[in-house]
Amino acid sequence: MAGHCNLPGKEQQPTTEPDDGTTLTVALAGQPNVGKSTVFNLLTGLSQHVGNWPGKTIERKTGVYHHNGTTIRLVDLPGTYSLTANSPEEVIARDYIIKERPDVVIAVVNAASLERNLYLVAELLPLAQKVVVGLNMVDVAAEEGMRVEPRVLEAALGVPVVPMTASKNRGLRELVETVDRLARGEIEYHPHLPEIRDDHRQVLEAIHALIADCVPEPYPSGWVALKLLEGDGEITAMMRDQCLPPDRWEQVHKILMAHEDAVLAVASGRYDWVGRMIRAAVTRPRAGQITRTERLDRWATHPLWGLLILAAILGVIFWLTFTIGTPLQNLLDTYVIGSLADLASAWLAGAPGWLQGLVVDGILGGMGMVITFLPILVIFFTVLASLEDMGYMARAAYVMDRFMHLMGLHGKSFLPLFLGFGCNVPAVMGTRIIDSRRARLLTILLAPLVPCAARMTVLVFLTPIFFKQAALVAWGLVALSLTVLAVLGVLINKIVLRGERAAFIMELPLYHRPNLRTIGLQVWQNSTEFLRKAGTLILLMSVVVWSLSTLPHGDIQTSYLAAVGRALAPVGALMGLDWRMMVALLTSFVAKENSIATLSILFGDGATSLETALAAALTPTAALAFLVVQMLFIPCVATVAVIRQETGSWRWTLFSLGLLLTISLLGGIVTYQVGSRL
Amino acid sequence: MTLKPTPKNGTTLSAVKSGETVQIQKMQGGHNFLSRLASLGFTPGARLQVVQNYGHGPIIVNVRDTRVALGRGEAAKILVSRPETE
Repeated sequence: MAGHCNLPGKEQQPTTEPDDGTTLTVALAGQPNVGKSTVFNLLTGLSQHVGNWPGKTIERKTGVYHHNGTTIRLVDLPGTYSLTANSPEEVIARDYIIKERPDVVIAVVNAASLERNLYLVAELLPLAQKVVVGLNMVDVAAEEGMRVEPRVLEAALGVPVVPMTASKNRGLRELVETVDRLARGEIEYHPHLPEIRDDHRQVLEAIHALIADCVPEPYPSGWVALKLLEGDGEITAMMRDQCLPPDRWEQVHKILMAHEDAVLAVASGRYDWVGRMIRAAVTRPRAGQITRTERLDRWATHPLWGLLILAAILGVIFWLTFTIGTPLQNLLDTYVIGSLADLASAWLAGAPGWLQGLVVDGILGGMGMVITFLPILVIFFTVLASLEDMGYMARAAYVMDRFMHLMGLHGKSFLPLFLGFGCNVPAVMGTRIIDSRRARLLTILLAPLVPCAARMTVLVFLTPIFFKQAALVAWGLVALSLTVLAVLGVLINKIVLRGERAAFIMELPLYHRPNLRTIGLQVWQNSTEFLRKAGTLILLMSVVVWSLSTLPHGDIQTSYLAAVGRALAPVGALMGLDWRMMVALLTSFVAKENSIATLSILFGDGATSLETALAAALTPTAALAFLVVQMLFIPCVATVAVIRQETGSWRWTLFSLGLLLTISLLGGIVTYQVGSRL
Repeated sequence: MTLKPTPKNGTTLSAVKSGETVQIQKMQGGHNFLSRLASLGFTPGARLQVVQNYGHGPIIVNVRDTRVALGRGEAAKILVSRPETE
């Protein structure tokens, strides 16, 4: 009977490797904020492979760890609070466990909030072949006054429990050792499974009896019955549309309708089980004891102080950029790129002029210039990764919630937008944490107005050339972007996208000291990603721009690029910008940093520096107009691609582009027209 | 959409002051909303300590050793009661 139900696209993939006892597939599961990525990073280090889950845009990390001749293939499942289909992450995690049957699942739990963390374990135990509980953050729990007795917990659960402090690299060897021994059958495995509450047992059995012979492989039928009772959208649709004969579904549906409250009964049943598991194992702090997190949150989540702290953090990021990033960038530019250019000129002295031009002006002038931005980007990546790792980001979302309400959004939308200061691409992808489609679309639409690190580098490079108070002007332009964002958000919410807001429910993780390794790896991955882009897309673009600026006669003034720029000159004239500045804007569509690369090719004559040439060519008012357009302009092509991917709609993507193009050009024109009359 | 505080000592979570400890009686909302609340520790019978409620903006509660931020609208869908003693 089970055979009559075939599920398109859900065939079991034969990915399990030959079971000769030397290769294990181990999945890493856990709720958010339990230090799961730290565990994964420590075990796999730089050997990890980052890809996407099939058909999804959610990051899939795998890695390999060797232990006493055993090869452990580690798969990092997305962090999820449960295994009910509330989000794509939860579906991915449970589908992997059900369909790929990993030999062992490591459930990483946070010792400081064990009760809620074991809720996920209650869902994992009936599904996974074997589970090891990694009791992490034992040190954080101790600081909060919580004590967990691992042996007692182990006895209660009937599965191995390994205490560890991943941030200090403690307990990981024991964890791997336990996984290995459990997989070999050297450890007895008798988990005490959670049971449904008595008042719903009969209902569950009735449903189970109706569906048991129709549940497709490899789903456990008891589990499917439970998910139906919980009202799990995915499983309900699967059984209704693909598996159960209509009359059978009618019967099941009738039972389900009579027990709509079952979702809470099932959840309560799991918490009853959790309560029994931890009763003897956990000692809580005395009532009234004030923990570190509480002390810090009195400030960080205060309606006034919280905002000031957030503003101060943003201020520090910009300050670091100006005082450390920019000088470093100049050093790189002068000593590394400059000397390379001299070296190349000398070396290519006998070569044809075009080759010399291509290497020195095209490649080194374009791509080389962009690479010098790396220090500034590293500062951004480091600060953002640290704030995330310390647990601050959720507080930022909390204090911003009231303001996001004005735009019909809530605090969670602030997180992807904040990420946008680093790069708009993860910002658009990060909108996945937002539950309602309406709020997601609006956040995606607004995300490109957050000045990304690349825009910021252009800003930081250009402002000192034209303005004495460069930092002030830069601040003003950032403020302008954010004001446009807010006004646009309020307007769109009022006019285009009316409707109800999604629920705002968010965990505020405990604060903890940042883990240098986690942050370092994050910064490393982001930076290499940037360098790869510089080495491919921006290199290509540099060559293209340089070629277009040289062909057909070897002279910029008569080049193809000049022709395109001159065609746009009427628009540029309204902003006081000549064709070269218009070309710089155009090429920023490929990557924001390209503006500088283009300018340095177009203005470069070998004799004067780009700074001097620009200062001579533009009035400060025109420069300001250029910067206004640059800040509000359509995002780079990578961002546009993810906007299309995440909205699933060309209409939205084009609407977004058209809107930004209009706003930015209007902004530039108004700036110049008003500015030049003052 | 707000629940009526029917039983004695009953009220909605959004009306509970900072520092008070209450017990969940009832939760109202769609399957998805309830399921998400449950996975973060909110179930009937669970004890909540309201950490922060300024009377406007989102509130913060402690539930099952976890700090959770909750929008006012969401908090209004959770009916709670104050324990008789303690």
